[in-house]
Order: sequence, then C-alpha cells, then structure tokens
Amino acid sequence: MTKKRTVKRKVKEPEPTKEQPSVSEQSENEEDEDLLQAVKDPGEDTTDDEGIDQEYQSDSSEDLEFESDEEGNYLGRKVSNEAEEGEDDQDEDDDEDEDEGEDEDDDSDDDSEESDANEASATPKDDQPSSSKAAAAQTKEPIIQIIPRDPSKPEYEESDTSDEEDIRNTVGNIPMHWYDEYKHIGYDWDAKKIIKPPKGDQIDDFLRKIEDPNFWRTVKDPMTGQEVLLTDEDIALIKRVNSSRIPNPEHDEYAPWIEWFTSEVEKMPIKNVPDHKRSFLPSVSEKKKVSRMVHALKMGWMKTTEEVEREKQQKRGPKFYMLWETDTGREHMRRIHDPVSAPKRDLPGHAESYNPPPEYLFDEKETKEWLKLKDEPHKRKLHFMPQKYKSLRAVPAYSRYLRERFLRCLDLYLCPRAKRVKLNIDAEYLIPKLPSPRDLQPFPTVESLVYRGHTDLVRSVSVEPKGEYLVSGSDDKTVKIWEIATGRCIRTIETNDVVRCVAWCPNAKLSIIAVATGSRLLLINPKVGDKLLIKKTDDLLAESPNLDIIESERIKTAVQWSNAEPDEQEKGVRVVITHFKPIRQVTWHGRGDYLATVMPEGANRSALIHQLSKRRSQIPFSKSKGLIQCVLFHPVKPCFFVATQHNIRIYDLVKQELIKKLLTNSKWISGMSIHPKGDNLLVSTYDKKMLWFDLDLSTKPYQTMRLHRNAVRSVAFHLRYPLFASGSDDQAVIVSHGMVYNDLLQNPLIVPLKKLQTHEKRDEFGVLDVTWHPVQPWVFSTGADCTIRLYT
Amino acid sequence: MRRPKKYEAGEATQYISRRAALRKLQLSLNDFRRLCILKGVYPREPKHRRRAQKGSSEIKILYHTKDIRFLLHEPIVWTLRDYKIFAKKSGRDRAIKDFRNLKRRLALFPEIKLDHIVKERYPTFIDALKDLDDCLTLLFLFSTFPSLHLIPREQSNLCRRLTIEFLHYVIASKSLRKVFISIKGYYFQAEIKGQKVTWIVPHYYPFKPQSRQEVDFKVMSIFVEFYTIMLGFTNYRLYHGLNLAYPPQFPSSMLQDNEETLKDETSFVSERIAALNFELLRTDKVQEDEEEPDIDMELLEQDGDSKRIIKMKQEAQEIARLRNLFKGLKFFINREVPREPLVIIIRSFGGKVSWDSSVFSGSTYDESDETITHQIVDRPSLSTQYISRDYIQPQWVFDCVNQRQLLPTNKYFLGEELPPHLSPFVDAKRDTYVPPEEKALHDPSLIETHAQSDDESDEEEAAQNEDDTVDQELLDAQLQRAYQQETAEYKKYGGPDGVNEDEEDTDDDFDGEQESDEEEEELDEKTKRLQEEKKKMSVQSGKVHKVNKRQLHKAEVDEHRLQARMVKPRHRNLFRKLIREKQSKEKEEWLLRKKRRNIDNDTKEAKKLVKREAKKAAAAAAAAASQLGVK
Repeated sequence: MTKKRTVKRKVKEPEPTKEQPSVSEQSENEEDEDLLQAVKDPGEDTTDDEGIDQEYQSDSSEDLEFESDEEGNYLGRKVSNEAEEGEDDQDEDDDEDEDEGEDEDDDSDDDSEESDANEASATPKDDQPSSSKAAAAQTKEPIIQIIPRDPSKPEYEESDTSDEEDIRNTVGNIPMHWYDEYKHIGYDWDAKKIIKPPKGDQIDDFLRKIEDPNFWRTVKDPMTGQEVLLTDEDIALIKRVNSSRIPNPEHDEYAPWIEWFTSEVEKMPIKNVPDHKRSFLPSVSEKKKVSRMVHALKMGWMKTTEEVEREKQQKRGPKFYMLWETDTGREHMRRIHDPVSAPKRDLPGHAESYNPPPEYLFDEKETKEWLKLKDEPHKRKLHFMPQKYKSLRAVPAYSRYLRERFLRCLDLYLCPRAKRVKLNIDAEYLIPKLPSPRDLQPFPTVESLVYRGHTDLVRSVSVEPKGEYLVSGSDDKTVKIWEIATGRCIRTIETNDVVRCVAWCPNAKLSIIAVATGSRLLLINPKVGDKLLIKKTDDLLAESPNLDIIESERIKTAVQWSNAEPDEQEKGVRVVITHFKPIRQVTWHGRGDYLATVMPEGANRSALIHQLSKRRSQIPFSKSKGLIQCVLFHPVKPCFFVATQHNIRIYDLVKQELIKKLLTNSKWISGMSIHPKGDNLLVSTYDKKMLWFDLDLSTKPYQTMRLHRNAVRSVAFHLRYPLFASGSDDQAVIVSHGMVYNDLLQNPLIVPLKKLQTHEKRDEFGVLDVTWHPVQPWVFSTGADCTIRLYT
Repeated sequence: MRRPKKYEAGEATQYISRRAALRKLQLSLNDFRRLCILKGVYPREPKHRRRAQKGSSEIKILYHTKDIRFLLHEPIVWTLRDYKIFAKKSGRDRAIKDFRNLKRRLALFPEIKLDHIVKERYPTFIDALKDLDDCLTLLFLFSTFPSLHLIPREQSNLCRRLTIEFLHYVIASKSLRKVFISIKGYYFQAEIKGQKVTWIVPHYYPFKPQSRQEVDFKVMSIFVEFYTIMLGFTNYRLYHGLNLAYPPQFPSSMLQDNEETLKDETSFVSERIAALNFELLRTDKVQEDEEEPDIDMELLEQDGDSKRIIKMKQEAQEIARLRNLFKGLKFFINREVPREPLVIIIRSFGGKVSWDSSVFSGSTYDESDETITHQIVDRPSLSTQYISRDYIQPQWVFDCVNQRQLLPTNKYFLGEELPPHLSPFVDAKRDTYVPPEEKALHDPSLIETHAQSDDESDEEEAAQNEDDTVDQELLDAQLQRAYQQETAEYKKYGGPDGVNEDEEDTDDDFDGEQESDEEEEELDEKTKRLQEEKKKMSVQSGKVHKVNKRQLHKAEVDEHRLQARMVKPRHRNLFRKLIREKQSKEKEEWLLRKKRRNIDNDTKEAKKLVKREAKKAAAAAAAAASQLGVK
C-alpha cells in the first residue's frame, strides 16, 4: 500500500505544471466527467482539476493490480478492496476510477467483491496477514497460490477484472504511433478522448533524472502515455524473465518428484482376462509367407541382399573371354565397306628427346621463327620446341599432351580416309635409263676456236662441203669467209643490207654461197679452195640460159633474176635474185641446183623455189597456210617441208600435193633439221622445246625434249655421225646423240651428251645458229656476242 | 526407256552426307558420333568431290552409303535410343519425385555391349594388335586421370587395371624392344606376335583442366569406352597365349580400389607401380626359364645363307640377347627417380628392382643389400655410397636397351653431364642427318677416335702448337744453357775423342756459318751441272697425270643434269617435287651439320680458354715460386 501511495504522489507532482495549458481545451470533457462525478461522488468537487490525473493515477494503480494478478497475487486486489473499505479518504480515487467506468464496471466490481468473498471464505486465514504488509504477504503467496488456481471460477473472475481494468483506452491493439500527430491518445469507455499527458523536454527529463531517486523505475505506458512507477515485484519479475527463469518466484524447481505412473513391471495382470489362444500360436499366414520365401530362396527365385550385392559387384565392369580363337583365323562377318586403317603416328626423332644432341636445340633465330608461326602451326618445321633437361627428374608434363591425344581422336573419327598410292621412289628412278655419254663418243666436248671479226650479231653460218671453209653472215651487213683450221678470216664481202642467212651450196662441184641480204638473194662465188672449181663455177654463172618459158605475172612481180653489177662482181657476187620482200631464210637442195627462200611477209608468195641452172623461180603454193617460218628440202625424196608457226606440212614436189601435216603442239617453230636418211625430223621451237618427229611413225612428235632453258633458235643434224646440236637463247649449245637404226622396229635413241656454254649473252640473245662440220664431229655456233665458235 | 537423271547412279549414290546419314538413322548428332566412334565408321574422301556431292563443290563430310546402311542394322543403335527413353522417363520420375520408380529404373539402365563390335572391327587377333597403338596411348593417359565430370571414376580405374595387365604381359613375355624418353612422355615399343606396338606413357602429371574448345573429354571418353573393351579381350588372349591366369592375381591387395588409394594420388600411383614388381600367377606350374627354341632359326639354316636370311638370323640372336640384358643385375631406385618406366624396363629385361620401402610400398629388398649392382640416382650427389655398386643416372637404362648391350657406366655416373639421349626410332630415309653420337654408336672405331680427339690429341696439339710456345722457348733456352754448361765442363775435364770432334763440329757450326753457306753454293752449282747433264742423258721420269677431281665431278653433275632433263613429261612435276624434297632435306641436314660444327668449335674454344687460363695461372705460380727460390 505504501507503494501505491508513492505512485500517486509521484504522478501528481509533475502534472500540475503541464496541465494548465490543456485545461481549456478539454473543458467539454471535463463537464461530462463532472456530471458523472456528480452522480457518483458529489463530495469531491474540489479535486475537479485533477480529475483526469486521478483517473490516470487510478489507472496506474489498477495496472499494478493487474500485474500483481499476473504474478498470482490475490492479495494486491484484496488489499485494494480492504483499502476501500478501511481507508476511504485515501482510496477515493480508486472508487472514482471504478465509477467512471460503465455500468458493467459496477457489476464487475461486485463480482470481484463476490470473488473476494469467496476467496475469503476459501482462505479465511489469509485475510488477516494481507492487511499488514505486501512484502510479508509475498512470502506466503506460493501456498496460497495453488489453492485459488485449482478452481476455475476465481481465475476467470480474476481475468475478467483484469480485463476491465486494462481496457482504459478503447482504440484496441493498434500501433500507437498513429496517434502521434494528435493531442489525444485514444478514447475511453465513454468515447471521450484521452488527452496525451504533456511531454517534458530533455532538460526536464534530465532534471528529473537527477532529482528523482525513482527515475530508473519509471516506465511510460504506451497506451495511455502515462508514466508508471514499477514496483519491486515488477522488477523482480522482469529480472526473472531476463534471466530466463520461470516468472513465478514461488515455483520450486527442486520440489520432490511425484510419481504418478510407476516404472516397475507388475507381476500380476491388471485385468483379470486370460490371453487369447492365438497369442500363443504362430501365425499361419506368416508361416505361409515365410515358407514361400524359403522356397523361393531354395529355388533361386529370390536372393538375399548379400547375394544381390555380390551379383552387382560382379556385374559391374565388362566381362572378357576368348574372343578370337586363333591369331589369324578370320570369321566371316559383316564389316564396314572397304575398310581403310588409319595410319600410325610418326615415331619421334632425336629432336623430341629430353636430352637431344645440341644441334637440334633451337637457336635464337629458329625460336623467333617458330614463335612467329603461331597462327599457322602447320608451317612449322617441328610441331614442338626441342628442349633439353639436365636430368630426368626435371622433365615436366608436356603441356599439349592432352590436346594432341584429342586431335588424334578427332583424326580417327572425323578425318576422311581414302586409299592413295603413294610413290615411294627415288627421283633417279624417273630418269630414263640411257647409255653413258662416254660410250657414245666422239662428240664435241670443248671449245677450241673462236672466230672473231664481226661487229654485230652473227645470224647464220655455213660450212663448205669439203669442210675447209666457213661462211658467216652478220647484222653488220657483211659476209665473212673463214678458214676453219686456223680461224683466219679470208674474205669479207660487204652487202647493202643485214645478212639474214647464208648457205653454202652442198654440191662439192660448185663453189657458190647463197646469201640472203635484205630482199636480195646473192649468189656469191667465194673464190676459195680449188681454182678449177672457182673457174668452172664462174663460167657456169656467167652465161644466162635462154628463157623459152614465159613466166607468169605472179612470179614476175615477186622475183627478178639479174647478173651482178660490176662492183659487186669484184666482190664475188655473180647473180642477184631480187625478191619483193625481205628474205629470211635460204636453203639448198642436196644436189645444189635448187634453192628455196622464205619471205615471211610475202603472204601467199612467201616461199619460193629457184632453179639455178635455168634461172627460173616457182611459187609452189597458191594459198597461204600461215606464217611460214622455214622450209627444207628432203635429202633424198622430192619432198618439201614447210614450217608454219604451229605446224609442219610436207609436200610432194612431183605430185604437187600435201603428204603429211605434222602437229607440233607448240606455239612458234623456230627452225628444223632433217636427218640425212630423211626419216626423222628435228624441230626447234621458241617455247624451249625440241621435237623429234619420226616421219614413218606418226604426225605427232616421237619425243619432246626440254633440254634448254630458253627459246631454241636452231637445230642441226650431223651428216655422218649420229649427232645433233641445238642452240638456244640460254647461250648453250647442247650436243645430243640421236641414233636412228635401220631396224624399223627399233625406236631412235636420243641421249643428251654435252652442254657447251661459252657464248656470252647480249640483249636476251644467246646462240643464233648451229652447224656441223660435214666430216668431223665438230660443231659451229654463232652467237649474239659477234663470235663464231668451234667445239671439237 | 526412261532417261536416267543426273546423280542417280555412280559416285553420287556411293556417298552420303552426314546430314542425310543422321536423317536416315534417326539419331542425334551426339548419338551418331558415339556410334561412329564405337563402330569405327569414318568419313571417306571421294574421288570426285563434286560428283559425290551431287554437283555442289563445298566441302562436306561424306560417308559411304554402305557404311550407313551397315549402321542401320547395328543393335547398339537401339540401345542409344533406349538411353534417350531412359533419360526422358527418369527425368519425369525425378520431376514428380517418384523416387521408388526412379530407383527401379536406375537398376534397369540400358547397358551397351561392345563385344561383337570388337570382333567385327578386328576380325583377326593380329588386326587388333595392329591397332593397339592409339588404344594404349589413350588408356595410359586416362589411367592417370582424376575423377572428372565426363569421365567416371570407374572408367579410369578400368583403364588402370587393363594397362597394368598389359604391362605385366610385356614383362612376362619380354617383348619390349625400344624405349625412349621424349619431352612428351616415355615411348615404349614392344614386338608382340611380329607386330610393333608403340605407346606413350605421359610424364606425371598429365591432367590439366582444359577448355571445351581445346579438348572435349566426352569424345575421348567414348574412345576409351571402346578401347577398354578391346584391350580387355586382347589382354585375355595374350595372357592365355603365355599360360597365364586371367584376370591376373596379385599378391596382397593390389589393384583394389580401396578408399585410401582413391583419395591419395601418390599412394594411387605407388600401388600401381608396386603391382608391376610381382610375378604373375601361372596356370601351368612349369617355370618357363629356358628359352623356347626358335623354329625359324632351324628353318633358316636349312634354307642356306642368303644375305637376308643371315641378317634375320643376326637379328634373332640379338633379340635373344636383348631379352636377358639385365639378367642377374639388381637395381635399386632412389626415391626421386620416376619409377614406373624404369620398373617396366628393368623387369622386362630380366633385372630385379626395388626401392625405398619406407616411402613406397612394394619394394622387395633394401638399399643396404650388398648384392645390388646398380643404384639409379637422379640427383647431383649422394651422401652415403656403397662401393659394391654403380651409381648411375636413369638414362643409362634407356640407352642400354636401345643399344642392346650394357654400356660402360662411366658417362652416366652421379652428377656427370649426360651424353645426348638418342631416339631409337629414327628412320634413315626420313632423317638423313645422323648426329655424331649416333655415328659413333654404329661404328665403334669412331667412338675411340672421337673420344681421343676430344680428350687428348686435340688438346695436346693445341697446347703444343699455340699455348705453350712461350713456355717451350723458355724451356728450350734453359735446356740449351744447361747443355752448354755441360759441354764446357766436359771440355775442361777432357773426354773421349769422338766426343771432342763432335764438339768441334758443333763449334764450327756455331762459328762459321758463312763458310758452310759458301761451300753449299759451290756444291749446288756442281750438282746443278751434273743434273743438267743427267737430264740430257737420261729418260725423264713421267709425270703422273693429275685428274682434276673437281672438274670431273662438275662434268658428271652436268651430265646428270642433262639426263635429268630427259624425264618424261608426265613425270616431270613429280620429278621436280621429289628433287625439291631431296634438296630441302639436304639443306636441313647441312644446316644441322653446320650448327653442330659451330657448337663443337665453341665448346673446344671454351675448353682451350679454360685450359690456357689454368696454365697461365700455373705458370705464374711457378714463376712466383722460382723467384722466391732465387731470392
């Protein structure tokens, strides 16, 4: 009771100061309250101002009571009742509180009183001590506590009362901050606003903290905004809860155990009924089940867990057995079509060793190159970088090992396979087996003489039939006659134009050279050798035979025969045949009576045949079959070879018809030469090739030789020896063996023998012409370097 | 008659593109890949791609139509389809959490059976042996793998088992022929039933996480799936051929995948090696110590002795020797040496091997065993050494096997700089360059000269020629002085006449050189005259015709070059290609030779320098000493 008083005082003390401003606002409420008060307690008008405060005070006191209820204190309530009874003056406030509630309050009050009465009746002894001191009562509470709780009624009432006291504010269980912006904090039972108590500022709080010794136990009630002073019991309760003990201080944790149900097994049955028979007998159905299982186990239909486990173990992993009965025995089975086994990987060389010989290790340059080809590793010389380790222990795992294995796997299943015949032959094998040149001697092997004297490139060269003298025609407009054995220039004959071609008459009884210079063909008596022969030739050429045949206009316009002018006569020129176009080539028939000339620009009159004895010319072709390159007489038969750019045509001069057309399959023919027996033709072309035609065999070349590295200018057969030579722009003269057998079944044998390369290069030209000595195995070549060379 | 359309016959019908094949087989690409790998079906290169692809010229993957039709009848295609069904159904069970059903389904997982495929791909046993290279290499790699997402533990365990079984066979049959330490791994070559089987064992530890683009383990795993089956059957037959029990029984609990070995990689490896060090159980009790007599040999003797047969005979004898190369030798492997390859090699050539029992299991004798003949060490020095044994580096074992003889160990001693390790697989046709070390091996005479030139002659020459000129002069001067003193003493005390005369002569020489010169001139004139007379009189001795070799060679080359131009036109391109290849090869060879020459010169120079410096230092020390002595 002392505590209650203190509470009242405490609350009262701060209130007056704050209340005054709010009085005017709440005047209406006050009036209502006044009315009520008037009904209930008319005597206490004086305390009008503090009515609200008192209400709150009472409220707090009721709270206390409620709390005490919670603690199971019946006493607190009784005390209050007693206080009402005993000390009216003091506890008027309480009464007022109760009065201010609704009518029900009264009832509840009554109930509580009744309950009090009941309690009193139940515990007659307790009444007396409760009046003394709460502290003293507390000690006795545990005993009291049990008794009132057993019957439900007082408890219910208690809760009822607590309810009634508790609900001062009728807003319910809502967050109280909703009222933060309002002056009131809710509504009481009479639907009147409960005004918030005034708030002190921090200084006030601080002052109170200093001054008030009970400040620490003052708590604010959120529902009403009132400050509540906690009692000692409250604090004790809080402490207990905080220390997680049972809130009721009276609860005895160490109370003696009461054994409601015994743990001992009783010997005698509780019930007096005997057990059924089937509790003694084994179950028939189970027996059946078990016997079935036993049977299943016996028969192997069912397996024990152990067996199952063992089987599983065995089942795991593949089973191996003798798949192949013998090593090589083959059972007929379907296989994939045409199997191609994958090739094995290359085995490692020295470079892959962990400790290779030092030359295999990369030096800086090689390393750089290797690293440079990072993006195209297939171009690398080695797919790894050779490395040297001092000891086996230091060798690390190869970083690309997995990748290599994976690539091999990809190869095996993704790489298209095909069977290919791989040639595993030596390059030597492809070279045809030919006899050694040493067995095919004689043939020219060394350069023995150089004929110097011309000042421009020497176009053509020809040898006297007896083999003593040599004639050459050059671009410096001269024809020079040389003595072969000494290399001396015997005579120089100047002409008016570039000498394209010179040809010594093959008839040994005549001493005539045909010289093609510009568009004129000069027949020159060289005046060397046998004097008789010279004289005879001069005589022969001096008299012109009388022409009884009238030539056609076509020939007349093309060719004019005339005797040479006196000044030319001195030089040795005997007859001049003037053509209408520049002559490129002149060639003699074997007997020395006929000669043919070629004028490439002459269109359909580009080839002409002249007869010396009759001083007559013919045009064998009426139609142009192409750009004629060169012409040739057959050594034996009356045949005429005409080489156009691509093809060679062979004409019969007697029948005047085309015998054969040889297909060269080359772009540009440069020259040709016929074997002295007349069955084989050698053709040189500007596209580096030489073609050997066997005229009896086919119109296609028997053999194509690519001996030269550049355009072949000329070819020549030896008259006696089985030799032929070719001169080319690569400054080489190549001497080859070209044996033609009398046996028709045997193919000609062609063996390149010697490459003679002494000419110098000048303006892309090398060797321009080659000619054989008529008797000796000597070859003459003329070159762009203004020299004629003799190889023996 | 209907006019045939284009691409209805011929090459176009022979090939089928992969897309079409997939459609025909009704398989996904993954399943098709798996099927192809297992069945050994591979794409084909058509003769005319354009025709085979029905006119399109882009490069497609083409299969033989017959192959695809063959796949159509393959029973495992159904298993592959069952997988799909299984995945669908078990996925459903999992989704609706029907675990009872799921468990039942898992027990019924469709197993793929590959036995018939092995037989079909390799109709004879020899065929299987021919294709063993890739199989072994891949399985050896997989046997070192940890458990991966795509490679189940069971698979790598199976690989381990099978490879060890194979190694046991190699050891038992003594069929190992060549070994090689490469930077990629250890190459082994065995000759099994006349087939050369080569495999690579990678250096530890080969596994590294790989990106998907680099390495697809799934593909490799499928290969391994087939190869394990194949190797299993091969092993079975090989073991039975040797009268060995299969699966092999090992003493103790080798090869049991107990938890410990799986957990610990090192113990895993050590168990693997330990298993190799035990004899296998034989089905027949007869110990097959004696060599089976070679039937071939007898036959050969009957046949007579053509060159080839003699060669074969030699080869057979050599191999017989090789098989017992290490017989009677006891090896001990130090713990830093990679043991697996060494154990295989030593055991398969008849040696005994052991290692430190405290570190690895499976050792048979201790280091302190006095009967050990060789201890293999791979560190620069060893604290405790026994006199009774050779301490060698592991390369010795490899080189011995490749040379087929026990090499002298001096070059392989502890801490010695090793001679280069040469590959036994070089093909004389492929690699024309032969390093000097290999030349020396073929020709024992070269060894000595090489060694001599290396060690003695060169250095001495150098020393005499260049280094010691100063020293030599000094020495000579000293000697001469000593000699003069001696002669002077001799004069003083008198001696035999002959000696005196000699001295006079020498004195003359010293004093009157001019006189002697004059005399000589006179003599010369006389002789000249005489000679001239003689020349007139006598027949001159003929001069030997000197052949200019270089010119001759040039002529030959020219000749050959000309003849080479006579190659038939249809062979010309091929000829050119061959020549180009030859030239590049020659160039390579030349480069290597040049490099080697430079290196040798450099090392020689370095040696000389070292020696010279040493000598100089010695001379300086000697001079200092002599000076001290004089003082």
